Amino acid sequence: MNPIGNLNKIFESRIRLGVMSVLMVNEEVNFNDLKEVLEVTDGNLASHLSTLEENGFLKVHKGFIGRKTNTTYSITKAGEKAFKGHITALEQMIKFSQ
Amino acid sequence: MNEQQHLDTLTDIKRMMERSTRFISLSGLSGVIAGVSALVGACLAYILLRDYYYEWDVLGNHSREAFLHLKVRLVGLALLVLLVAISAGCYLTWRRAKKNGEAIWDGVARKVLVNLAIPLAAGAAFILGTLYNETPILITPTCLIFYGLALVNASKYTLSDIRYLGLAEIGLGIINLFAVRYGLYFWAIGFGVLHIVYGTSMWLKYERKAA
Repeated sequence: MNPIGNLNKIFESRIRLGVMSVLMVNEEVNFNDLKEVLEVTDGNLASHLSTLEENGFLKVHKGFIGRKTNTTYSITKAGEKAFKGHITALEQMIKFSQ
Repeated sequence: MNEQQHLDTLTDIKRMMERSTRFISLSGLSGVIAGVSALVGACLAYILLRDYYYEWDVLGNHSREAFLHLKVRLVGLALLVLLVAISAGCYLTWRRAKKNGEAIWDGVARKVLVNLAIPLAAGAAFILGTLYNETPILITPTCLIFYGLALVNASKYTLSDIRYLGLAEIGLGIINLFAVRYGLYFWAIGFGVLHIVYGTSMWLKYERKAA
């Protein structure tokens, strides 16, 4: 069996994989904290976040702190499943090539 | 994509998970400085107490005024030690975060501070209560126990080693409860010696290689 097929195309981007990693271990993360952990620009992060949202891997909550908008993100069940599948595939590929 | 790239990806995932959940910039050296200032403070407090009891025992001057004077001086000294320890800690942690290119004030740092602050605020209220009820003998065990609880509580969001420091402080505080006359010695061990030991071992473990 060749496990390459199990690798998720969406997670080929380092930033998208990073977003998913952070959301796996944090209940809710806001835009600015994601930006700092991943060290990316606003526009870059926003476009990757919308790709993940379109695929149903994350949920967006738009809220306010005072008058400032505070957008937070959390992972969906589908996102969790896809991420775990991707990690398993990576592990299998390492075993496969040994 | 080869094996090495997959391993790198997994390492990257692990690193991002850790970075987003744990505040790891806390400098070990700040523990050492906190410990040294606590020991200096304890020595000064020892001298203040010795002078007070000398007058009280030998010269027989036991006025309410002298006792109040002693209390004010001891509280002032404690606040000064706290100020030195906190500012050195903030500065060294800021320097280390800057060197490693890490953010110092992010969501995780906020979690560490909030989780430290809750038991500390409860402890501070408790200490004010012991002063109000004129049972100052309970101050050192209270300091040690609540500080230990604060460290254990915050250890979920920072280096997990801090949990052991917290447990040691709690244990010391509990023993102190049953030997209240030796409060100053317990205080010097808990805030001085333990901080120096912890700070040195953290520095050797995480920072020496990087420096």
